[in-house]
Parts: sequence; structure tokens; C-alpha cells
Amino acid sequence: MSEIIITVTGVDKVGIVASISNYLKDNNVNIEDIKQSIMQDNFVMIMLCSIEKLQIPFKEFKEHLIELGKSLGMEIWIQKKDIFDKMHTI
Amino acid sequence: MLNFNQRQILETIEMIKIHHLDIRTVTLSLSLRDCITTDSTTTANKIYDKILKYASNLVSYANELEDEYSIPIVNKRIALSPISIIGEANTDCDYVKIAKMIDKAADAVGVDFVGGFSALVDKGFTKGDLKFFESIPEALSSTNKLCSSVNLGTSKAGVNMDAVLKTAEVIKKTAELTKDLDSIGAAKFVCFCNAVTDNPFMAGAFCGVNEAECALNIGVSGPGVVASAIKNLDKTADFGEVSNLIKKMAFKITTTGELIGRKLADKMNIPFGVIDLSLAPTPAIGDSVAEIFKAMGLEQAGASGTTMALAMLNDAVKKGGIMASSYVGGLSGAFIPVSEDSGMIEAVEKGSLTIDKLEAMTSVCSVGLDMIAIPGDTSKYTIAGMIADEMAIGMINKKTTAVRIIPVVGKTVGDTVEFGGLLGYAPIMPVNSFSSEIFVKRGGRVPAPLHSLNN
Repeated sequence: MSEIIITVTGVDKVGIVASISNYLKDNNVNIEDIKQSIMQDNFVMIMLCSIEKLQIPFKEFKEHLIELGKSLGMEIWIQKKDIFDKMHTI
Repeated sequence: MLNFNQRQILETIEMIKIHHLDIRTVTLSLSLRDCITTDSTTTANKIYDKILKYASNLVSYANELEDEYSIPIVNKRIALSPISIIGEANTDCDYVKIAKMIDKAADAVGVDFVGGFSALVDKGFTKGDLKFFESIPEALSSTNKLCSSVNLGTSKAGVNMDAVLKTAEVIKKTAELTKDLDSIGAAKFVCFCNAVTDNPFMAGAFCGVNEAECALNIGVSGPGVVASAIKNLDKTADFGEVSNLIKKMAFKITTTGELIGRKLADKMNIPFGVIDLSLAPTPAIGDSVAEIFKAMGLEQAGASGTTMALAMLNDAVKKGGIMASSYVGGLSGAFIPVSEDSGMIEAVEKGSLTIDKLEAMTSVCSVGLDMIAIPGDTSKYTIAGMIADEMAIGMINKKTTAVRIIPVVGKTVGDTVEFGGLLGYAPIMPVNSFSSEIFVKRGGRVPAPLHSLNN
């Protein structure tokens, strides 16, 4: 149960993917899948990541990532993947 | 292989962020039957130790899950065995001492509320029950986190009308003892017909005598999610479509709740009990059951058609929920508290919603007259009459009904009362001014109803 979904939304600008990917790399978080699109003028990026090798507490990882998002003007949600699997699968 | 679906992920986030989907409560159900002794101090100490042993990690583990799933877990609570039974063998029957110790334990483990200061007297009182009833007002006014409930009737046993009158006296006295805080003590007390033994919601949560040593019960909510989905439906969509949509939303809410409940039970190394999928409102705008009625096409909650809207809502919620989980329990359905629901408050203030209409609504939804503020000078006989009416609805219809009313000392119709937090605020509602005194003083037990010839 080490898969998480990172959802990034906000106004598109240069460097969003790079900044977030760097942060993930620094924390040994592997990106398994990534999808991005523009919805109603908003940039939306969803990443499926594995936190199996995460070295720091999850809470700390999450808070820093949300802060990083704020500094980029983006809203970031980080959730374990099974909440989506449960909610939308019979 | 498709790893994720963007639309579904955004829908989940929208449900949490905009429509207030949350886990309303995680409630540890804990048996205290091994705390029975002949001395109230020893019993109180054993209860304290047991709560600390089982619940010390409840709040921190719940907070961890909140982080992992980014879904709020609003309340962390404990439901205990009915204390009237646990304290009955004490030679001094000092129930207030036990109450204070439970409150101390609640503070020590950091939970929001502890329920189970309860008695089951639907068929009659024991000596201990009588002393217990006398202790309730002082217990509630000298504690902060303790909740109390009594079961006054069942469809199998009828209704204990002596207990109905005593309950009205308890409500009046508790309101009086907490008059400096707008009689808030009465908001922590509820009486039932057909009380359920695994309800995670307060004030009526207790660990039934038939329940296991411990279990983790969970209550989910999300009236805003349902209201928003119905608002997005075409206004001409028929009731089959509306019902189907509610079922789908209830399914999503329930699966999410069960996921969190099972994770928390695993972390605590205790069994998962039930999921109670009650659409429980909060005073926050958009987190309202009354909004669902509006979305269905009623101008205000209380307008003609509200009882039908609620009946369909309640039924569809249960149907969606039982598809999602094998262990749906508690009070599951829709709650219609007044002070805790901004839409209900508005309906009262605009003159659309009266106590009489609320009473009719309780015949088709979970629970009953809930969080209703009434004038402080309402007589105990009128309150007993209101309770009796509600017990009748539960007894005859084989469903749970409840009364949680607050006669706010020093206030009358036209005033409002502020309970704060999730308990919200409420306009004082008028009650019937004609006397019920001779009727409720008859006492005895209303015989159990016939269970055939259902006309």
C-alpha cells in the first residue's frame, strides 16, 4: 500500500513539473505514471507515485510538498491511492 | 493497464474540498462489564485504566489516516457499556463519581466525547436505574465530554411511561443546572425508542450489552455531496433518477468510510464494527440535509412534500450503503437536527418548519426530534408529552426514534441560542401550549403493540 496519487492544480507556468519531480527524486519517490491536461484554463497534473523508499515521515513529506506547491502558486493534494479505488469501483 | 482515472480523482477531491465529505466520527465501542465491582472508587479507577489501555492511540492514529488520505476525521469518540449497569453493584451507587472519572479519562486520551452514561429501562427500572436517573443532571453539569442516553421503549416491550416523565424531569433539571451556558447540558442527553447498540453518533452512542469486548465503529457523512449531485440533475429528472443518483453517492461515501474504518481498526489492532452512513449535517454552509430538499425542488425544508423527500432520501441512502458494505449499522439514514443544520435553521426562521412537521418527518428518517431549542419555561409535562409522541412513532413503526430537546432557561420564542461548534445555534421554537399533565402522570407501561394486522 505504498502508492499515492499527487494532484496538482493551478495556473500553468514554466517549471511546475521540474520542481515537483526534483522534490520527489530528492525523497526517493518514484513516479510510476503521470498525466497532465488543461481543464477550464487550469493546469491539472496527476501523478501516480510509489513511496516505498521514502526516507522521511509521510506527514513531513506531504507538508513540504504542499508548501512547495504554494510557492509555485499551485494547489497540491497527496492521497493514498486506495481511496480512489474503493470509492469508484464496485 | 489503466492506473488511475483523472475524472474520478478530481471528483473525490471536489467531494472533500467543496462538498464537505468527511468521516464524521470514529467511535471506539468498549465493554466495561469487567469493571463491575462493589465499590464505586474501584469501578471508576478500573474504567479509567481500561479507557487509557484501549483508546490512548485512537486520536493519533486517526490523525495519521487523515494525513494519508486527506479526508477530515471530525470526531474521535468512545462509547461505553451502559453505566447504570456497570455501577449498579456499587454499595454507594455513586454514579457522579464514575461520570467525573470518565470525563478525566476522555481528557487524558484526547477524544471529543464519551457516550454510554446510559440506562435501558424500556420495560422497567431496577433500583440502580432509579439512582442512575437521579444522577444524570449533576453528572452532565459537572463534566464536559460525557454524553448520556436512555432507552425508554421498544417495539417488543412497549414504552415505560414512568421513565418518560422522569426523563422530562432530567431534561428540565439538566437545563437548569447548565443555565449559564444556555442549558447546554440538555444537548448532551438523548432518549430513545428502539435504541441501537452500535451507534457511533452522540449523544446516543453506547456499547450495547450484546456487543463484543471492543470494536471500531465509524460514522460517515456528506449531505453536501448528495445535495450537489442532485442540483446538477435536470429539474425534470423523475424520482427514479433522483433515487438512483442518491444511491450512487451513498455508495461512494460508504466505501470511503469503510476503508478508513478498517485501516484505523487494523492500526489499533481491534475488530472493525459497523459503518453508520448517516447524512449528518453541520452548521457549515453547504453541509445541510435541508439543502437536499431544496435541490429536490422544495422551496424550504418543511414545505409540503418534505416528508416524502426525506423518506425517499433515507431509503436511497440505505440502499446505496448496503451495496457498499456488509456491515452497515448504527442509525444509518438521514439526521434532521435543527441547530446543527444551517438550512433547517433558515427554514425555522422563515416560518416553514415547525415542531409538528419535524415530528412527522421523524416517522420516515433515522432518529427524531433532534437539537431543538424550546422555551425554558416549557413544563415537564409538555416535554414528557413530546417524548411520548416520539416514542409512539418508534414503537409502532419498529424503528429508532429519539428526542434531544433543550429547554433554554431564560429564553423564549423570538430568542436564539448559540451552542457553539458542531452543536450550532438555534431559534427557540414554540411548543403546544395546552396541557398534557393528566395524561403523562398516568404512568405505567404502554403495552407492546400488535405486530400483525399492519394497517
